[in-house]
Amino acid sequence: MHVRSLEFGKRAQEALLDERLQRNLERIGVRFKVGRDMAFAALEDPEGLRSLGRAIKEKSLANLPFLLETLEARVKEAGGVVHWARTGKEACRTVCDLAKQRGVRTVVKGKSMVTEEIGLNQALQSQGIETWETDLGEFIIQLAGEPPSHIIGPAVHKSKEQIAELFAEKLGVPKVEAPEELTRIAREKLREKFVGADMGITGANAAVAETGSIVLLENEGNIRLSVTIPRIHVALVGIEKVIPTLEDLAVILALLPRSATGQKLSCYTSIITGPRRQGELDGPEEFHLILLDNGRSKILADPDRRQSLYCLRCGSCLNVCPVYRKVGGHSYGWVYSGPIGAVLTPQLVPARLARDLPFASTLCGACAEVCPVKIELPKLLLTMRQRLSEDPNFDGGIPLILRLAAKFHGWLLTHYSLYRLAMDGARVASRLLMCDGRWSWLPPPLSRWARKRYLPAPARPFLKIWPRLKKELVQGGEKS
Amino acid sequence: MKLALFVPCMVQDFQPQVAEATARVLAKAGMSVHYPKGQTCCGQLQYKSGNWKSARAVARHFMEVFQDWEAVVAPSGSCVSMVRKYYPELFRDEPLWRDRATDLGKRVFELTEFLVGVARVEDLGAQWHAKAVYHDSCQVYRALGIHQEPRKLLSRVKGLELLEMEQADVCCGFGGAFSLQFPAVSEAMVAEKVSHILATGAELLVSAEISCLMNIGGYLRKQGHGVKALHIAEVLAHHGE
Repeated sequence: MHVRSLEFGKRAQEALLDERLQRNLERIGVRFKVGRDMAFAALEDPEGLRSLGRAIKEKSLANLPFLLETLEARVKEAGGVVHWARTGKEACRTVCDLAKQRGVRTVVKGKSMVTEEIGLNQALQSQGIETWETDLGEFIIQLAGEPPSHIIGPAVHKSKEQIAELFAEKLGVPKVEAPEELTRIAREKLREKFVGADMGITGANAAVAETGSIVLLENEGNIRLSVTIPRIHVALVGIEKVIPTLEDLAVILALLPRSATGQKLSCYTSIITGPRRQGELDGPEEFHLILLDNGRSKILADPDRRQSLYCLRCGSCLNVCPVYRKVGGHSYGWVYSGPIGAVLTPQLVPARLARDLPFASTLCGACAEVCPVKIELPKLLLTMRQRLSEDPNFDGGIPLILRLAAKFHGWLLTHYSLYRLAMDGARVASRLLMCDGRWSWLPPPLSRWARKRYLPAPARPFLKIWPRLKKELVQGGEKS
Repeated sequence: MKLALFVPCMVQDFQPQVAEATARVLAKAGMSVHYPKGQTCCGQLQYKSGNWKSARAVARHFMEVFQDWEAVVAPSGSCVSMVRKYYPELFRDEPLWRDRATDLGKRVFELTEFLVGVARVEDLGAQWHAKAVYHDSCQVYRALGIHQEPRKLLSRVKGLELLEMEQADVCCGFGGAFSLQFPAVSEAMVAEKVSHILATGAELLVSAEISCLMNIGGYLRKQGHGVKALHIAEVLAHHGE
């Protein structure tokens, strides 16, 4: 997918001016955040559960090569085929080759962020293969030709009125706004696609090494249809999704739906091990698991960045992020948005294409408070800022003027007399630039800061007040 | 108890009255207040904008200035969390400095946590007849876990009616260089914060973090709202009406 993350500032500004989008974004707090908080409040030991979740991800990634080999062996034993893909391109090629070799004309897809990451739909369509997203939200954005704006609710930026307009335009149906009616329209359209599809493509919320299973959570039932009706099931899974055992899965299952949607359990939880076996009535004839690296092993190798891979893709950090809730997911310019997107994007695409994102945060820490696996997102954002600014392998960081200003300020701070002299100079200069308590001129970027806010001018510094104050405090102390 | 006042850079030159109020409040709490010379800043701008080399130099300077003090108190949560949480991280490959940082981190306090937790004083004899609302700054509340302390202190101010706003712990949108790099987003965030403040009908907006006050206070002032933005030290040092 084309990376537009360098346009964050511009697109954020557009998003802020889009009143309809602002109204739609406001619902996120009600829809996701409240539910999540209630679900965790009902737990006996929510902190303990989150720590356990983190421990499972830590242990899984520390043993990743072993777990992946175990997974591969178990999948093969269950009759499945395992493919390894170094890059998104390789993964797309594998899927396209499979489809072509097997005469696939129509593909149905379950909701999957990783296929968005590698641009699989576009790859399939360029080969003339009809591809249908079957998750309602994904179906909507596919019709609209837009990328997802939220990890869990890809079409959360759209109101039901906008969806009604879209359906009327693209599907030629009468304009109806009742959510039930819109769902019915999508269902009717998609049922025929399920029946006619030759291949079902999904991601996975987890892969269990000991049993060779992939795990799929959903609320609509479309994923289950995608993996049972077509004759071929292809699951595309990032290598970081593997966990050791079903017992570990129990913890992930307790955390993920609660964090994502405030549910104790998703409506459908599918644990799939290999294709249909002899004597079984349901399931595909072939099961292919594609294990995708696409930059993940590089992240794994760096201890400071490794926890980026713990992410369960629940989206809860987006729901509480005050920046995301103002600018929406599309401002981030790629697949993943919000705090985790700001961390992952510069690691998964060429860093210079997403160099602004780690700076597009106030480091307020609300994200880290809700992360089900306790990813220290502010710490990761800080690490990414440092890498982008100092590491020659990365290339970017904040605008040059801010970088130089921070550097000069830092130098002054270690040279006390010069620092004081500079501040005295700034005070004098500010007097020349102020007229009736208002700035007559400010240099950018201060001028932009001061558009809607009063920027204070340097005052007589505290150190000048201190000698008199000290005397007063000492005398006061002696009196009492 | 002898303690050192750390006056953050933003307070030193832009809000010196906050440092004055802090010194008065600490003296009132029975402390012997000192102001070590040569102090400049904690270096968080450098750290948070990715320039760790520069941040390390500033941090070393900070540690040299304050190394011998039993307690260092600052009227700012972000500077304290910088020293306590991030200095050890900055120096993780330099054991000597890292140990010094860890050690100093235990002796650096945010004003309200020091008053309630160390000095064990809640009633400072302050008086202010007004309705006030407290903003939980991210760097005070989430970074340092300080939530009840300021409320305890404010509830003892005679005449002060302490109100609560919706989403008191949601960020005000300052974020240091963030507000310079993405001013439109920052403005939208502070506008929402101010709408919650105005909804309470409070006359005073109180915070323990100087940067939030500059942001929220600057917005209140330029937009012509009558609400005063004050550092908690200014309220605790107040005696008049």
